[in-house]
Order: sequence, then structure tokens, then C-alpha cells
Amino acid sequence: MVRRIDTGGGAPVEFTFDGRPVTAQPGDSIAAALTAAGIRDLRDSVVSGAPRGVFCMMGSCFDCLVEVDGVPNRQACMVAAEAGLVVRRQTGSVEVPV
Amino acid sequence: MTGAASADTLVIGGGLVGAAVAWGLARQGEKVIVLDEGDVALRASRGNFGLVWVQSKGSDMFDYARWTRRSADLWPDFAATLTEETGISPGYHKPGGLHFCLSEEELDRVRAQNRRMHNVNDALGYGAEMLDRQQLDEIVQGLGPDVVGGSYGKHDGHASPLYLLRGLHAALTARGGRYAADARAEKVERDGDGYSVTTARGTFRAGKVVLAAGHGNTALAPQLGLDIPLRPEKGQILVTERAAPLLPMPTHLLRQTDEGTVMMGDSHEDTGYSTRSTAPVIAQIARNAVRCFPALEKLRIVRTWAAVRILTPDGAPIYQQSQTHPGVFSVNCHSGVTLAGAHALALAPMIAEGQLAPEMAAFSPERFHGQTD
Repeated sequence: MVRRIDTGGGAPVEFTFDGRPVTAQPGDSIAAALTAAGIRDLRDSVVSGAPRGVFCMMGSCFDCLVEVDGVPNRQACMVAAEAGLVVRRQTGSVEVPV
Repeated sequence: MTGAASADTLVIGGGLVGAAVAWGLARQGEKVIVLDEGDVALRASRGNFGLVWVQSKGSDMFDYARWTRRSADLWPDFAATLTEETGISPGYHKPGGLHFCLSEEELDRVRAQNRRMHNVNDALGYGAEMLDRQQLDEIVQGLGPDVVGGSYGKHDGHASPLYLLRGLHAALTARGGRYAADARAEKVERDGDGYSVTTARGTFRAGKVVLAAGHGNTALAPQLGLDIPLRPEKGQILVTERAAPLLPMPTHLLRQTDEGTVMMGDSHEDTGYSTRSTAPVIAQIARNAVRCFPALEKLRIVRTWAAVRILTPDGAPIYQQSQTHPGVFSVNCHSGVTLAGAHALALAPMIAEGQLAPEMAAFSPERFHGQTD
């Protein structure tokens, strides 16, 4: 069960996840804001295709990967939620042009 | 605790070497107990790169070249059997492997090596051939301008060292073997017709003992009449975020895993038993990798680590049976993945028989004492 701890102060900011507006409190990571908004399904595993979401919340597990402003494979728990970010769910592997 | 756990063979060391030998012995019908030190050990098998590599191995010792080839030839059956027995695939692929050359000098050196080794396996052939840049471009897209050519070895391949280790442990357990964790072997002593091994987790007894503890063998060797000269050599590894398939086959410094990450690393350092990652070496590995394959520049590094190779004076394995303590064997090598097939399916049956085959004499440490000066 997820419960927000009120740390008080500051104006909320808004970003989008797959086009849907998400409100973040100051100091939230993208993962924290998405979790608070009830969004748990962040990508498909590139190995099994199964859905993946937040797990360790501290930068270790690389499960919460999302696309942020066009850059894939960002760790949602390690990127601060800022106004206007365009965050997207990921499917498939990152294609690197050779 | 009352009494001691007993087995046909105690294998000291639960890494890739120990686990492969232990599973091989269990397949021969033996009751096997693996005594593993615990996570304070150096854990070379957790830091492995994962190549099953034949080309260039044993260029100064053809017995080693042939043994490596034998293991690579056994690998397809070995991987299939392991998968069948456990449901855990070691992720073995054998598309061949490439050694990139970044200068004409290196190209000449590798060409000379291939020539020297061309008849190492007689009619079986050596299996590596030189490719010029144009031929390389036909099999790998996106090579950097500094790659002048390379060597392609058709017997080369790669596997996941972690799945391999997990699979071997599961297969051992499935065949009635036992794995004792945090059971560092402190002392090995004669006990009736066999031996007893004192560990932090009690005493274990068996007719035979196999030392497969990597650098841990050093401390156990003298009390058992064994000679195991070893030195540590650090190798550092970098791994990228996961990406769609980029590399069609492994190379000597890069490989893409089944999961999509690209591993890179080909460093050799003498820093004792240190497993620290260090920035200058990491930077050099990344630079080399990007030089060979510039697209890697676009991928982020997500982890780095270091591990300590177990090197003998000539880099080839040491296999020996004690003359003073019959039934005691030792195994040391720095190729726990490549040689896993041979360890499980060729070496273990010899140990089960209680006698290394005559062809293994080449791997005795006596080879280090053959010269007088």
C-alpha cells in the first residue's frame, strides 16, 4: 500500500505520462509522483514482454525505466519530477542506429 | 552436531569449476557435497565475462588448445543437458567469435598465431581465419574506422555465467548432491581410507576430495602434497543499458547478452586480490569499445565491476592428483565458462574413476619445474 508522507510546502508541478497529466509534489521523483497517482505499469520487459514498474525506488534495480523528454531508459526513481516533462511508457528495446 | 556428513567426493569450492565438476561426478552416480566459502570469497564466477572462447587459447601449449576445443565441442550437449535437467538455460550461443585488430602490427601478430596453430587439432582443424576489413563489414555492421581486420573463430561462442552457475547448482541438487554454504574448508586430513574436511559448518568426510576453490586452493595445497602456483590478475567489466540486437556475435572485448546489455572489458591488471573498479581503466575499456564499435557511444553504462582471474604461470590450467594423498585432486583455471563442458563431461568422469587420464599429465604443475638454470 502506498501512502504519501506530507513533507509540506511548495507548489505542486505537473508533467505528463503518455499524455495524461500527473501532479507531483516538490521533491518528488518521477517514480514517486507516478506511484502516488496510481500509475504502476511503466514499461514492458524487453526479455519477457511482461509489465514492469517501480521496485527498489533507489536507483539499483533498473526496473522503473521510462522515456523522459525523448530519452529512453531513464530511471524514473532517479529523475526529479519537473513541470512540463514528457514521460512515456516503454515497449520493446532501445534501438541504437549503427 | 553429531557425526560428520559423508559423501563419495567433497568438492571444495562452489564456483563454476567446483559446480561443473560436482555435477559431473553426480552424473557418474556419486554422492557429492560442495563446500563453499560464502560471499566473503573472491567470487570470480560472479564476475565473469561469459565467453566460450577457443581462438588464441593455448598458442604456447597445444594440449591446452586441444582441451579448450574439446570443451567447446562438448558445450552444445552440455548446455542442452543442463537445460533439460533443470529448466535453466545457460543461454549458450555458438555463432563464432571475432577478434578485432586495430593496427597492422596486431593483424600480423594474430595472423602469425593462426598460422602457428593451424594444425593444432590435426584433421579437426583450428577453426580460426583472418578476415580483411571488407569481409568483416559483411558480418558486422557499424565497425569503427580503426578496425583494420580481424580473426573469426567458428568454434567461439558465449553464455551467461550467472545462469550457468545457477543451472549447475540446481542440476547438482536435482541429482541428490548437496551444497553447503558458508562452509569454508579450514583443514583437510586423512581419515581412515579417505579424508575429513573441517569447516565452519562442521566436519565432512569422503573418499575423495577435489580442490576447486580458485585462489582458495593456495592455502590448502601444501598440506595435501599439491603444488599450485597462482597469481591474481584483475579484469574490469562495464555493462550498458539494454538495447535491441546490435552485435551478431561475441568479440574478444564486447558481447551482447540475451537480455540486450552490452558487456565490455579486456583489462589485465596486477593489483593483488583487489576487486575495485577504477575510473582510468573503465575509461580505457569504454574508449576501446567505442573505437571498435562507435554506436556504443549512444548507450549508457549502468554498472561496472571487477573480478580477479586465477592465473597460473603460463596461463593454462593446472589439473593434478596428489601423489602423497591418493584421491585428492586439484583444478585451477581462469576459464570457468569455456572449460565448464570439459570439466563436467570429461574431467569429472576421470575423477570418479580415481585417476586422471594420461593425456592430463600435460597439465601437471611439473611443467613449471622442467627447466634448469
